[in-house]
Amino acid sequence: MPTKPAGTLYRGREGMWSWVGHRVTGVVIFFFLLVHVLDTSLVRVSPEAYTSVIGAYKNPIMGLGEAGLVAAIVFHAFNGLRIILVDFWKSGPKYQRQLLWGVLGLWVITMVPFLIRHLSIVFSAIPGGH
Amino acid sequence: MTAELAEPASKVELPASVGGGEIPTFNVTLRVRRYNPEVSPEPVWEDFELTMYGTDRVLDALHKIKWEHDGSLSFRRSCAHGVCGSDAMRINGRNRLACKTLLKDLDTKKPILVEPIKGLPVEKDLIVDMEPFFQSYREIMPFLINKGHEPTRERLQSAEERARFDDTTKCILCAACTSSCPVFWTDGQYFGPAAIVNAHRFIFDSRDDAGDMRLEILNDKEGVWRCRTTFNCTEACPRGIQVTQAIAEVKQAILTRRV
Repeated sequence: MPTKPAGTLYRGREGMWSWVGHRVTGVVIFFFLLVHVLDTSLVRVSPEAYTSVIGAYKNPIMGLGEAGLVAAIVFHAFNGLRIILVDFWKSGPKYQRQLLWGVLGLWVITMVPFLIRHLSIVFSAIPGGH
Repeated sequence: MTAELAEPASKVELPASVGGGEIPTFNVTLRVRRYNPEVSPEPVWEDFELTMYGTDRVLDALHKIKWEHDGSLSFRRSCAHGVCGSDAMRINGRNRLACKTLLKDLDTKKPILVEPIKGLPVEKDLIVDMEPFFQSYREIMPFLINKGHEPTRERLQSAEERARFDDTTKCILCAACTSSCPVFWTDGQYFGPAAIVNAHRFIFDSRDDAGDMRLEILNDKEGVWRCRTTFNCTEACPRGIQVTQAIAEVKQAILTRRV
């Protein structure tokens, strides 16, 4: 009795999923940098255009996007240090899993204060809020 | 009478409480990914309901299918005891040797998924074309190269020198590591963990003189630098070789020793 033809996803563990996360955040950061270079270069075209474009970012949706961007950058940065340790520290491969927990711990420690500060600014700036 | 020898342990009658009772049986569904290019260009899943013993391995279940249910099921196995490296396959999504995976250690409530290893062309059912795998293996020159005079006796080595590469001598070339590597799935040119492990075995052997040549080979674009340290290989290795560690050591050797 043959059933659905799709194969299964490989059930990798922490190492594989941290690599997937590193790839995804890397692509996210690349697209941000693309937009960032474009909007910043606008200032050479016309400072007014630059100001209006940057002004367009000041809304809650972009605010949440910024929170996601920082989350991606913080993970990519700490996990990048972990990968360097795995490659060049003698005991890195042995402790790769503990290093990943360290990365996630540092990510939480960095993100919680940032999100409190950032989101309170983003949502208090909503028209009608103040 | 008193001088009479005791029976060998294996012949001593064991009470039922100690062992020797009935081996428990259970029903299990094996969902095998089957492929026969002569019938259909697409692989299909096929379920087999089996009654197996608590001492059985996935390989025993495959044997039962082949011998009692469907003789057309194709898979490789040779020694059936975890030494020859023939029966690496994906069991419940992870690369394992079918002869070293006990059914009772898997969740037998749900169907057990059995698929061929990834990244190598499937020929039929669970049999893949291993040629790309062995091609990489041959390229790293997996044999002793010694430029000195041939000694009249064996080539001596200290226990410490032998221990340096002990872990990577355990490889059985089953391809569980290489076919668990996400880089190898998408980039078939990558040497893969198994070839690097076997290069490591000679690079760090004090009796071998061609370490630099092997490091040069692995310093290639498709060499050790393709490794993204996902640790799938280390987790998949049925011999417990610290594969990612070995790859990291080769990376460091390339950077520090020379090249």
